[in-house]
Amino acid sequence: MRYLPLTDVERQDMLATIGVPSVDALFCDVPKAAWRDKPFDLPPHQGELQVERALAKLAAQNVPAGSVPSFLGAGVYRHHVPATVDHIIQRGEFMTSYTPYQPEVTQGTLQYLFEFQTQVALITGMDVANASMYDGASATAEAVMMANRVTRRTRAVISGGLHPHYRETTATHAHFAGFTIEQAAPNPSVDEDLAASIDDKTSCVVVQNPDFFGRVRDYSALAEAAHAKGALLVVVVNEIVSLGAITPPGEMGADIVAAEGQSIGNPLTFGGPHVGLFATRDKYVRQMPGRLVGQTVDADGRRGWVLTLSTREQHIRREKATSNICTNAGLCALAFTIHMSLLGETGFVGLAALNHAHASLLADKLAAVPGVTLLNDGFFNEFTLALPKPAAGVVEALVRTGVLAGVPVSRLYPDRPELANLLLVAATETNTEADMDEFAAKLQEVL
Amino acid sequence: MNEWSKAISNFTTDKLGVSGTYSGHRGLQIEEPLLFERDSEGRCGVDLPELPKAKNRLGAHARKGRIGLPGISEPEIVRHFTRLSQKNYAIDTGLYPLGSCTMKHNPRLNEKMARLAGFADIHPLQPVSTVQGALAVIDQLAYWLKVLTGMPAVAMSPAAGAHGELCGMMAIRAAHDARGETRNKVLVAESAHGTNPATAAACGFTVEAVPANARGRVDLAAMKAQLGPDVAAVMLTNPNTCGLFETEIREIADAVHAAGAYFYCDGANFNAIVGRVRPADLGVDVMHINLHKTFSTPHGGGGPGAGPVVLAAALAPFAPLPWVVHGKNGFEVLEKAEGDAAQAFGRLKGFHGQMGMFVRALAYMMSHGADGLRQVASDAVLNANYILASLKDDMSAPFEGPCMHEALFDDRFLKDTGVTTLDIAKALIDEGFHPMTMYFPLVVHGALLIEPTETESKATLDRFIGVLKALAAEAKEGKVEKFRAAPTLTPRRRLDETGAARQPILRWTPPKEPVRDTAE
Repeated sequence: MRYLPLTDVERQDMLATIGVPSVDALFCDVPKAAWRDKPFDLPPHQGELQVERALAKLAAQNVPAGSVPSFLGAGVYRHHVPATVDHIIQRGEFMTSYTPYQPEVTQGTLQYLFEFQTQVALITGMDVANASMYDGASATAEAVMMANRVTRRTRAVISGGLHPHYRETTATHAHFAGFTIEQAAPNPSVDEDLAASIDDKTSCVVVQNPDFFGRVRDYSALAEAAHAKGALLVVVVNEIVSLGAITPPGEMGADIVAAEGQSIGNPLTFGGPHVGLFATRDKYVRQMPGRLVGQTVDADGRRGWVLTLSTREQHIRREKATSNICTNAGLCALAFTIHMSLLGETGFVGLAALNHAHASLLADKLAAVPGVTLLNDGFFNEFTLALPKPAAGVVEALVRTGVLAGVPVSRLYPDRPELANLLLVAATETNTEADMDEFAAKLQEVL
Repeated sequence: MNEWSKAISNFTTDKLGVSGTYSGHRGLQIEEPLLFERDSEGRCGVDLPELPKAKNRLGAHARKGRIGLPGISEPEIVRHFTRLSQKNYAIDTGLYPLGSCTMKHNPRLNEKMARLAGFADIHPLQPVSTVQGALAVIDQLAYWLKVLTGMPAVAMSPAAGAHGELCGMMAIRAAHDARGETRNKVLVAESAHGTNPATAAACGFTVEAVPANARGRVDLAAMKAQLGPDVAAVMLTNPNTCGLFETEIREIADAVHAAGAYFYCDGANFNAIVGRVRPADLGVDVMHINLHKTFSTPHGGGGPGAGPVVLAAALAPFAPLPWVVHGKNGFEVLEKAEGDAAQAFGRLKGFHGQMGMFVRALAYMMSHGADGLRQVASDAVLNANYILASLKDDMSAPFEGPCMHEALFDDRFLKDTGVTTLDIAKALIDEGFHPMTMYFPLVVHGALLIEPTETESKATLDRFIGVLKALAAEAKEGKVEKFRAAPTLTPRRRLDETGAARQPILRWTPPKEPVRDTAE
């Protein structure tokens, strides 16, 4: 077996050193009734060639988004990831290292996480960011629980424009952790006003920008309304590239930003692993969940990095920790950091402009198809179309013509018939104008 | 000379600094500034396509002002991160014997498979007809996990071990709720990983510790006394974090069940028994499995992981969304709490789980097969016992052997030497080994927990054992100064963690004067 270095001769030598006759003797503490002497009913070991063949066969049963014109978003976006990113994250020194608990021999991981934290703070306009969360949805739930701790209140107001999976994840935590959430109904045609829902029991208001339907809004007034009642504003970002083009949450008065960072550096991968971003104000840092890297000096006075403020964390505080999170999304955060470094100011702003321009072009082309209405004109790289019939069927019909047309809202809101005709469409730098024309032409055919 | 070099090395180009060189570098140890300390507005690491003419729809929402990201070219980026990588220890570099972390070899085949376009370039909300192969991977991995654990169901979406714990404890609460029972207490073994009590608290439970007995196992009599109608679950790790199999595990399970509670087993240490023992045969009701431990997906410097949760029949109906099921036209995804999934307790993250990790874990399982996985557990346990037997006279083992996949020592062998567990760990670093887990579990004093895994050769173990014997001897000889100073051969020596926490600097902030890196 190619992954196992011990030979039978060595095994015998080692058993002799230990002083037992067989490996079975080392399992003597296992109750006899639980011993299984035969191999499990599973296939035997296989060589690399056979495994590769079997998995390639399964991979071939999927339609890669890059193989056809593809316009899906709804929280996961197909961007071009520079070749450098995947090369560097596969360096064994990064990929096969553990959480940097021994800082003398993990300065590489610690420094890139410090750079990651800085990048996230800069683009969100916040003071401080942590070293990553699992994904945007779980980060959002953690943001609400952090707001509850900060305000010592237990009622959160949730926008109808928050991604449905983020809503459901937050609702799940609310149910089990014992806090209340008040959820506004999703309505892409109305500018909801959540200020009226805030009272002196509200811990936070959670909004998304751009929202699930693609709308870009200014939440400065909502931030003021929340703060006036002693509540926090949590801003969620699904499409992090948007921050190269629109006003960042920090400038709107956000207290916590929970975001999905997949768009920078990370492939679609069927929805995971991705990377949750989490940023806040300096004054709330001790209530943050997750790991933090801080700057310090070594015994020779040289600058270095360590995991810090760990008295918030489970391995120190146990049941009193701010969160139970341990493993996070380290390597995805590295991919984010490398990609963001390559982009820099010019590239990040340019990438955002390109996304917006492509989406704007596509919206014009699709809105010209008879029967199709563009619901929202203020968007970044994703918008909602109202179709003359249920969007799910249209998407299925378009798949048969070789176009991945977008996400029918009914996929995420099957219980809301009023949303059944809505189609979420995203465009990124990866979509060509030919893709867009093909989409528009085929949409016209199937409607 | 710039701000960075002053801050980082106190060196000038005409005088030797603390590094003993003019450059601040030391041979292959290259100093590297932060990305933000080498900005140039004229540089960029990407070339973007031309911006087409299109209507701008952002209006007043357009970003104003500079973000502050540095501009850096691709060769500089490659060098930056390559240099950073060289400051890391990794399983690819050498033995990484962190107890309860299972730092085993990460096969590159797994990486190659996860990067196939059919897995890496598919969107989670594509029509299910276009992702049947991905759903088949989830289904096959679920099948392997169910067979290996003997459990009838598995929840695939949790993103890590602690996330899996959350999933399991939520399922337990949901099951009690469905029966109309209010049970608010969870008993957690004293030796448990910190995530166990933190998870129970995150589910709204109060936490009570179960003490260990003199044999390093759960004190069954004490646990029985703690059980009652208010106890929702007992959380144990087995093999436990002392590296010992809970010999009375079936009696524990029986007592838990008799009290109407559920038995949560933390599966972090599944590597010790995979392919040999099924948790179902031990009376376990729910267990998470760290794919990034037992099934070799890389730790990545802290993640991402994946923590599928196997469930007993009584808990299976409450598994979180989504569910992948066999339908009339192939695989289907249940994304709402209706039909078969009507009792699903909710959702833990976006989309369908850690697909990239599923592919890697399945590639690993297929490579090993049933026979290879059994050998994995056998060799992991053999390697740990070889270390225990080889070092028990030089160091001090708190419990009688044999151990399972990890060997626990305490600091009695350092008594009156002035050398601590931490010092031993730091001295190991100078010897080219990553330290073991230190000061955990808390049930012994000054713990040193060594988990070699099955992917280490005897030759590596012999070198490691030889070094530890020598260090133990030096400690007993009273060479305190050597230990206090260690490590001395690393890119950084001991770091001031207290200072870091007292005045946290958690990000780079722009200096008052712009800084340009001119050094190379």
